[in-house]
Amino acid sequence: MSPPPPPVPGAAPAAEAPSAYAVPQDVRLWDIFVTFLFIGAVSFGGGVVAYLRASLVLKRGWLDEEHFLSALEIAQALPGLNATNMSIIVGDRLRGVAGSIVAFTGMTLPGGSMVLALGVAYAANAHNPYVNAALVGVGAAAVGMLSAVTLQIGHKQLGQMLNVAIIAATVLMVSFLHISLVWVLLTVGPVAVFLFRPRKGDSGEGEGEAS
Amino acid sequence: MNENLSVLGVFSLLSILAVGGGAAVLPETKALVVGTHHWLTDDQFRDIYGLGQVVPGPNMLMVIVIGYHVTGFLGALMAFVGFFLPAGAISWAASRVWDHFEGSPWRRSLQQGLAPLVVGLMASGTISIARTAIDGRLTIIIAFAVFAGVYCVKKINPALLVLGGGLVGLALLSGTGAGMPPN
Repeated sequence: MSPPPPPVPGAAPAAEAPSAYAVPQDVRLWDIFVTFLFIGAVSFGGGVVAYLRASLVLKRGWLDEEHFLSALEIAQALPGLNATNMSIIVGDRLRGVAGSIVAFTGMTLPGGSMVLALGVAYAANAHNPYVNAALVGVGAAAVGMLSAVTLQIGHKQLGQMLNVAIIAATVLMVSFLHISLVWVLLTVGPVAVFLFRPRKGDSGEGEGEAS
Repeated sequence: MNENLSVLGVFSLLSILAVGGGAAVLPETKALVVGTHHWLTDDQFRDIYGLGQVVPGPNMLMVIVIGYHVTGFLGALMAFVGFFLPAGAISWAASRVWDHFEGSPWRRSLQQGLAPLVVGLMASGTISIARTAIDGRLTIIIAFAVFAGVYCVKKINPALLVLGGGLVGLALLSGTGAGMPPN
């Protein structure tokens, strides 16, 4: 839940040697299923990333902090939801295709069955004023939750002007100019990657603490 | 045309467009479901989004309920498969390809360049939800209280805050007709 990444227990003193981390071997499919079922059952209101980190990095030690963020960036950059993409990517890293399938199933089973049950009940109570008032409160709470999660994830980037400029350009295009997502991704994406292109004399070390 | 196939097609398209997560694709979802296809009214869409918030897991699981509203349980299945299968397959394939670029300096550039883009999309998703969910003093207060709770009090369970928001709405808004259809 906390924004600053805590040290990873059991990941050895590998602060400046990320390659010291290795994907765990022989993780059982059942353990993958149960872990993602738990995340799928307790992660509420869009804060899935925090639960993923708590379970996968801190509790299970299946990923170290760097590999977690790497998987998260793939999950966020590609189409699909962060939570389900993460389940597919992490499941695949641990146990291949079967790992992906059980992780995805675990992640979506609790919420999917509950929302369907609620949806069936809602269809019968759509004009109940108590239901509607509660849903207005839930929607407002969701806005606060999403703001906090966005700030937690973007926190370390706000210290660097280039990052702030890319964030601002994205928000301007999507939220205020209402430019289609496809065009935003096809323009801002390549420009941002080019701005962070590899430089001569930069061996890839040390820029992780840019903020 | 077969409505089940329409549901499958619409949510497959949304699946591929959902770069940056569910919050970023919410406006397109609403445009297609409410505007283009008239499967739901504005009010129903807002309510179903609310249902997605009170269950655990990704809140875009609410697409299941949208499909259910169109053609029943088969529609629910079509929406689920459509929304998760294409993006899931792309993610699976891309993460494997990604591994082949281990050590490439461009891989790091890609990560560094996309990270702020994703934060921007998350912020835009928050704004798009706020535009429908924030409509008065009480909803502003609820949003700020939950924000403070999640951001400042590290140990608090976000589920309790969201349910708390629902209870506050229930207690203070149920006499006002908030969220009800205009008639």
